[in-house]
Amino acid sequence: MHVLRQAQDDNQPDSTSQQVSLGRAIVITSGKGGVGKTTTTANLGTALAKRGAKVVLVDADVGLRNLDIVMGLESRVKHHVLDVLEEAVGLDEALVRDKHSSTLYLLAAAQTREKDDVDTEKMRALIESLRERFEYVLIDCPAGIEKGFKNAVVGAQEAIVVCTPEVSAVRDVDRVVGLLGNAFSPQLIINRVRAQLVKKGKMLSVDDVNSILRLPLLGVIADEPEVIVSTNKGEPLALRTDSQTAAAYHAIAARIAGEDVPAPTVEYKESFMSKLGAFFGGRK
Amino acid sequence: MIEFLNKLFGRHSSGATAKERLRLVLMSDHLSLAPEMIDAMKRDLVDVISRYVEVDREKIDVHFEHQDKALAMLANIPITGVNRNGGNGTKKDDEAAPNAGQHHAEGIGHAEPVEARPSNVEASPTPANGNGQRRRRRRKSTQHQNGAAPQTGSPAPAT
Repeated sequence: MHVLRQAQDDNQPDSTSQQVSLGRAIVITSGKGGVGKTTTTANLGTALAKRGAKVVLVDADVGLRNLDIVMGLESRVKHHVLDVLEEAVGLDEALVRDKHSSTLYLLAAAQTREKDDVDTEKMRALIESLRERFEYVLIDCPAGIEKGFKNAVVGAQEAIVVCTPEVSAVRDVDRVVGLLGNAFSPQLIINRVRAQLVKKGKMLSVDDVNSILRLPLLGVIADEPEVIVSTNKGEPLALRTDSQTAAAYHAIAARIAGEDVPAPTVEYKESFMSKLGAFFGGRK
Repeated sequence: MIEFLNKLFGRHSSGATAKERLRLVLMSDHLSLAPEMIDAMKRDLVDVISRYVEVDREKIDVHFEHQDKALAMLANIPITGVNRNGGNGTKKDDEAAPNAGQHHAEGIGHAEPVEARPSNVEASPTPANGNGQRRRRRRKSTQHQNGAAPQTGSPAPAT
């Protein structure tokens, strides 16, 4: 992980000493797969762009490209991140503009290549050049803690870790945070919280996860069917204004932007009778 | 209210179980990821114990075990002799470590010269009771008698 510390050391002074203010490169990571990194990246990118920020999403999951399909941009992708790293095409040719926002762009991952094909130093340089052009560079990190992870974090200064309220996800986040070390000031998003199960004591609560991981809590996303529906359609939920879950993504975007937003919660209102029923039904 | 009743009836939800299991597994993860820390702790532990008794540094075994609801540190430290004047906390016997094993059968009662062993060990002329027997000291955070016992000898659980 020496490489990572180096990255931090190199990048930190830039944001203050350079005349051109560089954007923020934030890696979205988790260790474990399937916790919602890509969905989170897509929605945070959409939410930040809705605020008017210039945002680029970088899919660092080389070989398992998915951010394009979640964003609904799969048909527009002509070139990918390795084309740029290997200087086969220029950055402008590879950047795909979002369907809905003129300030949101995607740099897709290569589908037919492997993570080992990525040159870590070139990746660092690419993220740096993206920071010159965008206010936010959101990097969708692959699962695992191998080369793909290192390539994803090398250019970042900040990290958002996505965790679900499951023992395996929490353990992996703990490991990833350990690997990140003192750098990246990781912040936590707890994804797929099912308030009803939490209430019944059948799921780790936000407080439980937080008390174990002890990270600044950036947001909480409920496990709602509309997230899946939006992914099916390739229309990130954060585009909508009539959804509580979308509002949670917007609250996270506001927090990232430095706004003081009230603490995130997931509410579940339950009648007294159903509580009573749950009590007499017993717990498992 | 319901939560209170559940507590009253001793019901344990799977969420609480998950939290407890995670807490334990993360502790042992953190320990296994910090071998230097374990080594340093082992060294300090032995240094302290060595002020009071002679120990066989070569055969020290420190490991961690999940026990019921706690993570226990089990330290198996063979004692080769008792320091009668011990407890003054001044002894520092790192350099004596390689020789520690060879006089354990003698105990400390014999006036046999002990090389590379400064301080008050050989200065003690009176025979110590319980000598000639290798002792085992076990330290743990919970009161358990199981666990690996690779050596023979009478176990002497620490209090």
